Amino acid sequence: MAKDLSKALADLKEDEVVAIVQEKLNAGADPIGILAEAGKGMETVGTRFAKGEYFIPDLVYSGEILKKINELVKPKLTGGTAAKTGGKVIIATVAGDIHDIGKDIVVFMLDVSGFEVYDMGVDVPIQKIVDKIKETGATVVGLSGFLTLAYDAMKHTIDAIKAAGLREKTKIMIGGGQITPEIVKYTGADAYGKDAIEGVALAKKWLGVK
Amino acid sequence: MAKEWEQMTPAEKRADLDSKWLSPPGIKYVNAEAEKGYKGRVQRILDAVNMKQPDRVPVIPFVGFFGAFYAGYTPYDVMYDYDKLKYSFGKYVLDMKPDGHLSVTVSPPGKLHDIINYKLYAWPGHGVAKEHSYQCLEGEYMKANEYEALTSDPTNFFLTGWLPRVMGALDGLKMLTPFTNMTEMYGGFTGAAYVPFGLPPVKAAFKAMLDAGDEALKWIGAVGSFGAEMTAAGFPGFFGGGTKAPFDTIGDTLRGTKGIITDMYRQPAKVIRACEQFVPIMVKMGVDNAKLNGNPVVFIPLHKGADGFMSDEQFKKFYWPTLKDLMDGLIAEGCIPFPWAEGGYNSRLKVIKDTPKGKVIWGFDTTDMAEAKKILGDVSCIGGNLSIATLSVGTPEDVKNACKKLINDCAKGGGYLMLSGATIDNVPPANIKMMIDATKELGVYK
Repeated sequence: MAKDLSKALADLKEDEVVAIVQEKLNAGADPIGILAEAGKGMETVGTRFAKGEYFIPDLVYSGEILKKINELVKPKLTGGTAAKTGGKVIIATVAGDIHDIGKDIVVFMLDVSGFEVYDMGVDVPIQKIVDKIKETGATVVGLSGFLTLAYDAMKHTIDAIKAAGLREKTKIMIGGGQITPEIVKYTGADAYGKDAIEGVALAKKWLGVK
Repeated sequence: MAKEWEQMTPAEKRADLDSKWLSPPGIKYVNAEAEKGYKGRVQRILDAVNMKQPDRVPVIPFVGFFGAFYAGYTPYDVMYDYDKLKYSFGKYVLDMKPDGHLSVTVSPPGKLHDIINYKLYAWPGHGVAKEHSYQCLEGEYMKANEYEALTSDPTNFFLTGWLPRVMGALDGLKMLTPFTNMTEMYGGFTGAAYVPFGLPPVKAAFKAMLDAGDEALKWIGAVGSFGAEMTAAGFPGFFGGGTKAPFDTIGDTLRGTKGIITDMYRQPAKVIRACEQFVPIMVKMGVDNAKLNGNPVVFIPLHKGADGFMSDEQFKKFYWPTLKDLMDGLIAEGCIPFPWAEGGYNSRLKVIKDTPKGKVIWGFDTTDMAEAKKILGDVSCIGGNLSIATLSVGTPEDVKNACKKLINDCAKGGGYLMLSGATIDNVPPANIKMMIDATKELGVYK
């Protein structure tokens, strides 16, 4: 059997992944090392998604396999995991909107691309986002929304960031099924990503990551 | 004597539904102009569906709670007060004169959902603000290991498994035994099957259902009289029924997005079998309402087959075969399937071309309409993608330009409807008026 965990994960071979992880743990392998290999596999998943070889189901399924790996490894884990180096990004679905599928994919792609992601969840009140910027010092914010009500919620959130004096040092991207350049202008955002790949590209550009 | 429905050919069934739509029985029009307007509007839509060139492009804004906002109400107001619902949605139709209305069923009865303690959605005043529309709360309301229970007896699974989970007040239904146990008197089969009905939790569940039924009657009264009043004034309903693609039926509210996605990898055969089993159930759901309402158009909102939501291979394996079977089943019953492809369908256009000519309306959200016309234009009537973003934040001039572009790209030769790309809620009324007026001005066939 192949021992390459990252390859098995990248190829979405769930049973093989579980067998390899169990074998490694039984042999006394370092849990951090296993997670690092899994991380590499997830990076490949992200790359394949970016190239159009993988689609949303592949991302979601890889996330499910990763969850299984974490469950297996967790009992053996003593220390922390490796720190993220790509920079800080806040992601939230705006107030009034409870959709999370698109947001979760952006979070996933940012995470596998090495960013430290603050996922604030859905229906996030405006003030909480402003507070999070202050608390974390993040300079990139991604606002998600699926419904047309999100247009105004995004606009009001960006207005509040401005009113708090944080707009100058914060880059703001928006995204969602009904977002177009017109909505960027309307909300006062800096840009929109038509999909998660574009979201990652924007974060990389703004945070100077190559 | 007229033929019985069962004896009719698909073409005869379709002609029967078409004629009922064109001339609904028992309607007293407000005046001769209204009657002429009504028949003209239905004929305009039917010509487009039949791939003929109507007198002009039909225009039907895809309204959600727009009517409520237009009349100064919130979604909460109209979900809980059916007079406000009828008045506001009617005001929009009578003021702006679209070629078809979308009934008032987009606004479900709020109180009914309170009574049954509905868990599947958040709605105005109940999890979302009164000014906002309802939104689905995704979850695994059917577990990964319940495909066998679902496919072996879908009704029993809904009754004793799914309903208690999504409707809190119906928790007692868990205690019911299969109705198929009531085969006969001998041996107490029937007697034993009645035992659960004596238990307090089951009685409480039935009490909630009866109360919900009272509320449903009030609401459907408003729905029915709204439709009759709009017809009398000259405005047809655009569709007679609705149903769902089998994959979405399983994926949206049973297994949830994450659930069905993982099932595609872990237990693909079970997903496909469940989808196949739901084809006749979903056909019946659409046909029954189309016949009841005397209108052949059956709305099918499509969710999980959009570009990116699965690969083309997965679309062809999991999604399309049973969607096609559903549409074929509807066509065989004289209906006009109206699949409404939310998101983009650019990578699917060549696959979905595989339907009989002039039998289907394809509605699109963000799909490239010029491309859709190129690929589907000789097979199916198409419509959609008047951008909801433009309608929401653009000027009336922007809306007019967008209509102009769509008409240039898609209207040639007929087989085209002007539809918004997504549901219209709180949108500037001047933009909706422009969508309708611009189509009437620019969409005339000469």
